[in-house]
Amino acid sequence: MSHVLETPAETAAQTGTAVQLVGVVKEYAGHRALTGVDLAIAPGEFVALLGPSGCGKTTALRALSGLESIDGGSILIDGVDIANTPINKRDIGMVFQSYSLFPHMTVQQNVEFGLRMRRVDAASRKARAKEALEMVGLGHLSTRFAHQLSGGQQQRVALARALVTRPRVLLLDEPLSALDAKVRVALRDEIRRHQQSLGITTLFVAHDQEEALAVADRVAVMNSGDIEQIGTPEELYLNPATPFVADFVGLSNKLDGTVVGGVVTVYGQPLNVLGDAPAAGAVTAYVRPEDIAVAESGLPATVVSTSFLGSLRRTFVRLADETVVAVQHEVGDRLEVGQSVALRFKGRPVAVAPKA
Amino acid sequence: MSRASKAVRVGATPSKASSAVILVVAGLAFLYPLYALARFAFQPVGQHSGFTLDHLKALTDPIRAYQYDQLWTGIENSLVIAVITVALMLVFLLPAMILAELRFRSVRRVIEFVCLLPISIPTVVLAVGFVPVYQRVWDITGAVPWVLSFGIGIITLPYAFRPIAANIAGIDMVTLNEASRSLGAGWLQTVWHVILPNLRRGMLSAGLLTVSVVLGEFTIAQFLQQNTFQTGLALLEHADPYVASTFALAALLFVFLILVVFGALGAGRRSRKAS
Repeated sequence: MSHVLETPAETAAQTGTAVQLVGVVKEYAGHRALTGVDLAIAPGEFVALLGPSGCGKTTALRALSGLESIDGGSILIDGVDIANTPINKRDIGMVFQSYSLFPHMTVQQNVEFGLRMRRVDAASRKARAKEALEMVGLGHLSTRFAHQLSGGQQQRVALARALVTRPRVLLLDEPLSALDAKVRVALRDEIRRHQQSLGITTLFVAHDQEEALAVADRVAVMNSGDIEQIGTPEELYLNPATPFVADFVGLSNKLDGTVVGGVVTVYGQPLNVLGDAPAAGAVTAYVRPEDIAVAESGLPATVVSTSFLGSLRRTFVRLADETVVAVQHEVGDRLEVGQSVALRFKGRPVAVAPKA
Repeated sequence: MSRASKAVRVGATPSKASSAVILVVAGLAFLYPLYALARFAFQPVGQHSGFTLDHLKALTDPIRAYQYDQLWTGIENSLVIAVITVALMLVFLLPAMILAELRFRSVRRVIEFVCLLPISIPTVVLAVGFVPVYQRVWDITGAVPWVLSFGIGIITLPYAFRPIAANIAGIDMVTLNEASRSLGAGWLQTVWHVILPNLRRGMLSAGLLTVSVVLGEFTIAQFLQQNTFQTGLALLEHADPYVASTFALAALLFVFLILVVFGALGAGRRSRKAS
């Protein structure tokens, strides 16, 4: 009988758990780390919290886990307020940034720990732990201790340990940050695969936007203790609701512009504005590197540097007013440092913010 | 040879030869007094060489038994005090340090300061301070030696604190606690199943140092006129210096034995992990 991995039919039947943060406030010595966070996660959904350091994303996750008490609002799991429920009674699985395996226990004992605390009998415990370890591909390492494993293996064990108890919600607190790039990508995809096959509601805190955009159904961008925008990765990237999101998600050129009649003019070229245009006046326009083309004629510029990024090339050019602009183009279009080029905006709508 | 390689290497690891010289000199400085003590204890009277156990025969002589009564009682008292002091360390200091690390991090420095304070105060000063306190305590308990555990416990604080603090610093106790709690463990289960097993080395070292300090403690017992191993030894020194020297050596061997046993316990853990 399968305990951890469900069959597709079972997964389909699984409804998952709905999670809701309603006006959650958290203060530390007078400083508001969370200023009234509202977040609704659908059953089985994978949501990533993304934002700069100190924006409150980890605090939000810890509040949901029960590791931090909250000073206002409510936290609902399947409609029940659990704000006052201790962490060990919330039935939440958690994977931490630092490898949190118990050093005095073997891999098998680590995975069995949550089941032991739930007084599951020894035979079931063993079978379920074995199954969970096989799920993450580490069944053969069950007798090892944490210090005998690589970082990636340790996080896989931590994932198996978090999932073996079949928690209602899985919380991932930057679990990939300490791993090297290749392992990070592999484990990221593995986490997503397990999350989808188990249909478990998941909240993932990431500071690396590529990670968040790659795995999450929806991404919530946080700033100064609140959520600026929540949406699919495509929505966030293509239609940022605020200048902060436009600036934070992906790379944007911050260029001076002037809004007149709902249209922003940047270096003489009119561009549509994303969302509601501000009142007429000077603004900062956020233009993506891929929305600027190197053309036969247009805005004159000089190449400052160029970088090969695998499937594309990013080139920094300097305009006549000394503004440096990033441009993304085909790998085949080789530009030399010092070369004179011309730029043209492709005409995609841009986010704008009034100048302070 | 380059100029750089000729430069003085401040803080560099000493060469093998330098290490060997340091080891030999330090070893001699440590071992020579022990050799002298052993030679005195087991050398026939009036001779410059040879080995005899004749001095120890006095221990079984019923006529001279009264000379050693105080020593036997002192050993018994010291062992009881050692056990109680270690228990006090485990019951009070260890939980305080765990709580400070996990729940009340702002008091960690206070605990460190309090625990290290006795090392900066001469034991004589402490002992003088204890006299009026113990006069009151003994009004309640009677002049029983085990009550000395509380006073001696204070002077063992720095020695018990350091190994536990080093152990705590070596593990990410906060994350281990949070991981354990997220897996469904309560506070006590977390402490029992996760925290304490990972503090075993620190606890063993703290216990060893506590026992060593208790067995070597003389000043407080003398000031409070209690009979412990060291006071008994000091008295016996006048009546039978040979047996007193033998017991001093035995005490050192006893502590060394505990050190080996504790080390083996730690090594056993490490080798099981490595296997």
